[in-house]
Formats: sequence, C-alpha cells, structure tokens
Amino acid sequence: MSDTPILEMVDISKEFPGVKALSDVTFKVMPGEIHAICGENGAGKSTLMKVLSGVHPFGSYNGDITFKGETCQFKTIRDSEAKGIVIIHQELALIPYLSITENIFLGNERAKNGVINWNLADEQAVELLKRVGLSEHPATNIVDIGVGKQQLVEIAKALAKRVELLILDEPTAALNDDDSQHLLSIIRSLRDEGVTSIIISHKLGEILDIADSITVIRDGQVVETLDVTASDVTEERLIKGMVGREMNSRFPDHESKATNQEVFRIENWTVHHPMDVQRVMVDKANLTVHAGEIVGLAGLMGSGRTELAMSVFGRAYGSNISGQVYLNGDRVNVATVEQAVDAGIAYVSEDRKRYGLNLIQSVKENMTAAGLQKLANFGIIEGNAEISVANELRDELTVKTHSIEALVGKLSGGNQQKVSLAKWVYTDPQVLILDEPTRGIDVGAKYEIYQIINELADKGKAVLVISSELPELIGICDRIYALSEGHITGVVDKADATQERLMNLMTQETKDAA
Amino acid sequence: MSLKETMGGSLRQYGIMAALVVVIAIAAAGTGGKLLMPNNVATLILQNSYVLILAVGMVMVIVAGHIDLSVGSVVAFIGGIIGWMAINWHMPWPLAVLAALVVGVVIGAWHGFWVAYVRIPAFIVTLAGMLIFRGLALVIAGITMAGFDQGFISIASGSLPHVFGFVANFDVVTLIIGVVGVVGLVWSQVRDRASQIKHGIAPEPFGFMVGKLIVISVGILAVTAVLALSDGGTPFLLVIVGVLIFIYSFVLNRTVFGRHIYAIGGNLNAAILSGINTARTNFMIFVHMGLLCGVAAVVVTSRAGAATAQVGQNYELDAIAACFIGGTAVTGGIGKISGAMIGALIMGVLNMALSIAKIDPAVQQTIKGFVLLAAVAFDLLSKRRAKVA
Repeated sequence: MSDTPILEMVDISKEFPGVKALSDVTFKVMPGEIHAICGENGAGKSTLMKVLSGVHPFGSYNGDITFKGETCQFKTIRDSEAKGIVIIHQELALIPYLSITENIFLGNERAKNGVINWNLADEQAVELLKRVGLSEHPATNIVDIGVGKQQLVEIAKALAKRVELLILDEPTAALNDDDSQHLLSIIRSLRDEGVTSIIISHKLGEILDIADSITVIRDGQVVETLDVTASDVTEERLIKGMVGREMNSRFPDHESKATNQEVFRIENWTVHHPMDVQRVMVDKANLTVHAGEIVGLAGLMGSGRTELAMSVFGRAYGSNISGQVYLNGDRVNVATVEQAVDAGIAYVSEDRKRYGLNLIQSVKENMTAAGLQKLANFGIIEGNAEISVANELRDELTVKTHSIEALVGKLSGGNQQKVSLAKWVYTDPQVLILDEPTRGIDVGAKYEIYQIINELADKGKAVLVISSELPELIGICDRIYALSEGHITGVVDKADATQERLMNLMTQETKDAA
Repeated sequence: MSLKETMGGSLRQYGIMAALVVVIAIAAAGTGGKLLMPNNVATLILQNSYVLILAVGMVMVIVAGHIDLSVGSVVAFIGGIIGWMAINWHMPWPLAVLAALVVGVVIGAWHGFWVAYVRIPAFIVTLAGMLIFRGLALVIAGITMAGFDQGFISIASGSLPHVFGFVANFDVVTLIIGVVGVVGLVWSQVRDRASQIKHGIAPEPFGFMVGKLIVISVGILAVTAVLALSDGGTPFLLVIVGVLIFIYSFVLNRTVFGRHIYAIGGNLNAAILSGINTARTNFMIFVHMGLLCGVAAVVVTSRAGAATAQVGQNYELDAIAACFIGGTAVTGGIGKISGAMIGALIMGVLNMALSIAKIDPAVQQTIKGFVLLAAVAFDLLSKRRAKVA
C-alpha cells in the first residue's frame, strides 16, 4: 500500500432545499484497501457516494474531488465510470429479462459500428463470471438467478468497465448469510487484484470483518476514521460513533398518558417476500400497543419493519401471511386495506410520494381521500363540508399552504407529511402506524410532527412509530421494540432506552433463533 | 380567496376555451361566415354527437390510467342488435333502445372484468374487444338493415316540438330552455354561496361571481338564440348530449366514485393504501363506458337510418383525440369532461370548416393530425413551464 490516497474528497458540502446533507466532509481512501462507511440512515453516506459518482453533478456541491492525483468534476455517472469509479446501488440496476451477458455489457457493449460481437461478449462474460466466482451460463436470464448471484453479476458488470474504485451500497442487505460470505470473499479477492472498494453497510460485524479502515459519518459530518488493521475496533466503539450525539430539546415535552388498556396486538405475525416466497421477512412477531401509548419499532433498513406494518395494513405487502391481529381484544380480519381502515387502523407510509399522496391532486382532496365516505350521502360528496373539513385539518396540523386547493406536489416535504397525516387523522382511527414520520424533513417540521403525534396519543389512540432514527424513538416513545432480520429481538422501556442498547438489539444476529 | 387564486386554478381550462374560440374565428373567417349560420351550428352538434358521447366515457377511462380501443366496434355491434330487434324481428323500437343500453352495460362489464379483476392491461383487453365486436358486428349486420320506424329515426333528426310557436323567427321552446338554464345556473351559484357561508368558507368575491355568471349566461343565450333560429330548434340529440354531460360532470366532480377515478389515475399505490377499492372502481368505469357506447349506438344508428357493420370506424380514435386535445393527461389523473367536449368541438369545427371550404379529405386528415400533436405538445410544454416556475 502506498502513502498517497487513490481518492481524496476535501471539504464536501451538499445542501438540499431545507436540509444540509453534508457539511465539510473530508474523506480519503488508500489504494487497494476496503474502506467502510458507517452511519445511521440519513447521516449522509449515500449522498457522499452520489457526489463521488456524479449522480449529484459537479456544481451542485462544494468541495474538491481528487482521484489518482487528478481533480475530477463529474457531471454524470458516465464521467465517473470513465475514470474507473463504479457504484453498485442497493436496488440493483439489472434488466430482469435480459441475459447475464447482455446485462454485463449493458451501456458498454462489445460492438463495432453499433453491431455487437456476441461471441466476444460471451467469451469475456465467462471470464468475468469466473473472477466473481459465479458458475452460471452467461445466457441465463437475470430473473432466473437469485439475488445473491445477481449481486455478483453487478460486480462482473463493474469489472467489465475496468473498475478501479468499486462502491457498494448495502451489498448484503438482501442476501442470506452464505451469499453474504461469498460476496465478501469476492470483494477480498478483488482487493488482492488491486481493486479498491468502498462499502456502505449497516451490518457492523461484517464491516469489522472485511474493512481495512472505517469512516463514521453522523449528521452529514465525519466523526472519525478508524484504522482497523492497527487498532482494536469493536462494534460498541462504532455504535458510539454513529449515535453519540447530544440530546437537546429536539423533542417537545410530553407527559405520557399511556394506559394499560390494550388496543392493538399482533400475534405470531409471519410474512414472506412477495416474489421470493421462501424468504421470511417477518418471523413470528408479537407486539402490543395500549391506548394513549406511543410505541416505537426500531429496525435497520431491511429488518422487516415496513414489511411488518404494511402486511398488517390489509396485506398491502407480502405473501403467505399468517398470524392474528387483535383490536381491543377482539380478533379482526384485515385481509384488505378497506377492512383494515374500517377496523380503525391507519398506516402513514414512509414513502409519501409513492405510497402516501396523489401529488397532482389538491391538499383538500388528499386530506379526505381515506375518509371520503364520511362526507358523502349516497355517494355524492358534500363539497362545502369537505372544504371546511380540509380547512380545519389544515389549521389543526398547521399545514402551511396558501390554499387547500393547492396541489400537494407544490408543498415542502414537511407540509406534505402533515397532509399525509391529516388524511388518516380524519378517519379517526384507533391505531396509527407511522412509518418514518419525519424522513427527509427539516428539524422545525419534525418538532411539529412530534407534537401532532403526542396529541394523537393523548386523545387515547394507540400509536406505533417506525423509525431508523434512534434519538427520535427515544425522544418520543413510551416503549420501543427492536427488530432485527424479521425477528423482534427485544422491547425496552423509555427509562432504560439507550441508543447503544437498541443498536445492539437491532444488529443482533438471529439466524440461530430461526 | 383573491381574484388571482380564483382564476389561477382554472386558467388551463380557459386556455382550451380560448383555443376553441380561435379555431372557430379562423374557421368562420375562412368559410366567409358560413360556419356560424344557425343550421350549420345545429349540424355541427348533431354530426359530432357520437364523439361527444363517447368522449364523456373516454375521459373517465383515460383519467383512471386506462384506454378503450373497442368503442367503435362496440357501437357497430350494438347497432346490429338494434337492427335485428327493430327491423328483422319487428319489435317496438323503444325495446330495441333499452336492449342497446343493456348490451352496452354487459359489454362494459366484460371489459371491466378482465381489466379490474384479472388485471390485464386495458389496452390489450379492449384491443381484443375491438376485434371481437367488429367481428360479431360483421356476423349480425353484414347485410345492412334499413327501414326503421319514424319514431326511432327522430331520435337523431327530430327536435323538440315548437309547442309555443315562434317569436320573430325564434323558436320559443328553445328560448325557454336557454332561459331556464341560465336561471338554474344562477340559482345553483347563489345556493352554493349560501352553503359556503354556512360552512365558514370565504366565498369568491361577489363582483367576480356576478361577472362570471354574466359571461357564461351571455354565452348560453347566444347559442340558444342561434339554435332558436335554426330550422329544427332544439334537437333531441342536443338534449341527450347535454344531459349526459351534466350527469357525468357531476359524477366526476361531486361523487365518491368520481373522486376515486382521479385518485387511481393520480397515484394507484396511494389509492390502494387509502382503502379505495380500486378493482370495483375500475370495473365500474368500464361499465359506464359500455353504457355510453350503447347510447352512441342508438344515436348513430338513428342518424344513419340503418344498421351496418361498417359503422363506427375510428370512433375510438376520435374520442381519444378529443380527450387529449381537451387536456386529459396521457398518464392519467388529470382531465375534465368540459375539456374533452371542447376538444371534440375543436375537431368538429375543423371537420366542418374544411368540408365547407371543400378541402380534400386526405388533407383534412393530415390537418387534424397536426392539430392533435400541437394541442398535446402545447399542453406538455405549458406544464413543464409551470413546473419550472
């Protein structure tokens, strides 16, 4: 290993409207090392990699990037790939009904004057597959191989581009243990061939196992860079770095009015992946929420938290679902979303743009979308009653919009989230499941959302908050369940909740429990 | 609510209206004013009634994110059924009309079943329907059936009787309908204003409301006056089309079903996760489309005075074009019946003006193609600009 870094990113700052995603991040990678980046969701890891790979083009951020001694100003992904920097995203960029060969050379075809030489391509594909330890026929379609093998095809695709710096975003999040181990060993052997890697992962054990150095990012800033080969780094050490921020008054004061009266309970809830029916996403989960109580569900990305919530909400996710849902002690049937809504369950999605709102409809129409029947006689909507309902909700939830007729798509993220909440507040549910209720919104709006959550709980509703931001859960919840790989690994009362304790539960390996 | 806010929301709608006025003005000038002669105005509406009727349904289909390619074939098939019942089997024509509507609903349910419950894309289902029903139309109406009762014929060609005679060449019945329409409009606006105040909603500025009502009333009265001067007065067909437009505008704007159509087209996932029964809504959309095909079949058969399998060619394309010219979004979620009606009239005015000016039919087609492209391009570009702003 030489002493000059292969990559240097100096004083990188990147702002999104209302949020500072990265501030003065300086980050060095040595040639031929495996460098891990750790941090909570939203800490800025992915943003940093998007800046590096040209997804966020030069000019949209401040700071300098030097790769192999050259100053780089990438405007597109193609620019960075031309230099040998290839990023493999968490959601794989493979075309399902094309073959392995076709995918490997997609956008990088072995062609002369636009005519592809398939014999050459197949020959090279076989070599590349050998390098990544994959023994599939190159004519096999991507849909016909498992996720683990697809991940390897992605790496082969990167190798075909003569990669020098490989960036892997959560490469093992969707893989089982054997596939993960195999993938990591391939990354190691690539290192020995001289390929430098940056790996983003939540699985701390895995990171300690494979990484040569680790950079910890928190709130858009670098906390520290640790040399794993030199010093003794432990998971506890990393967790402290990831979560160790001071808690000030980011949360409204709230006297919990939680009761002992059970409102919502799920028993032995098991969910399988909708496509891969063998894969268990949630395994025999049990969970209870009482009236007036705010209960947290802590889990990392891929832990099954959203899958749990959406499957309870009218089987909006998953296949082969089993288990029972009880409301006020009575078993309820929640086979469709309509039934779940009628039973008094509300689910506010983590992805408000895709699953929560109709961006091309007005604030008013979004607010009443789930409770429209309450405003209708024989199917005819009482227009003026709807307007006054929407006005009341706007005032109650302090949605900042010049008119309830404004399109939701024109509002800021925080206000969109409030509209999303308002839609379900209007249905007057008994149970509110809030999935990442403050994702991607600024601190001020977060505070207001917390206030709304507190008010809902004080009205006697059972509130279940899903979040990957631990301070948030500790700040607002009465009790917190931890979820790891589809298993509930523990429940912690507010008084005993620390980020370290929760992070330990959330990263607990559960394969022997299964 | 300020004046600007009141205007802003419907500015696009006014834009299409303005386009219609411009097209009419150009066409009127180009035909030396012939276009605006009372009989031509009446003919315009009669000639395009099938597009207006089908476009009403097509708006719902496209807003929900689907398409219906089968409507022309379905119209031909149902026309054949009317022919068999009223001519070959000598049944009373009202029974044949009723059967046409029922068969329309059944065919709509057939399409709706495959789209909503088997979840086959509407493009494929209705492409199949287009072939199936054109084929069936050829089977049952391969030989043209003619000789309908006068009663049936008068659906398309008859007018409301001139029971109150004429005042200075104006048909009184037509004038009364126009006046009743204006009074009804004013009354509903005043009532809505009272209800707004009751619900604590700030109503639009009083002066604006009065101004708006005056403009619309003058428009209605002007059309009424022209119709009252035409030979027929108020055609039955105009009443049928007017009632359909009124009912379905109400359905889309004011009913839960209508709102669900917009929700499904705007964001299907969000609609599902809001507890909306998307399958039932999709099914019902196609049932309504089928019913409207039945109405169109009655109108078209009556107007032609014969049932033949060749009828209805390209009707689906006319209806789809009317929707797109009228601002319905290709991707769904956005669209209004009023817009589609204006779109249909723009096409109709063009057709008529080009015919009056004796332009070669082949060139007419080409011109219409360019108009469609220009309308949608304008729509997209203006939306893109709105996004930047």
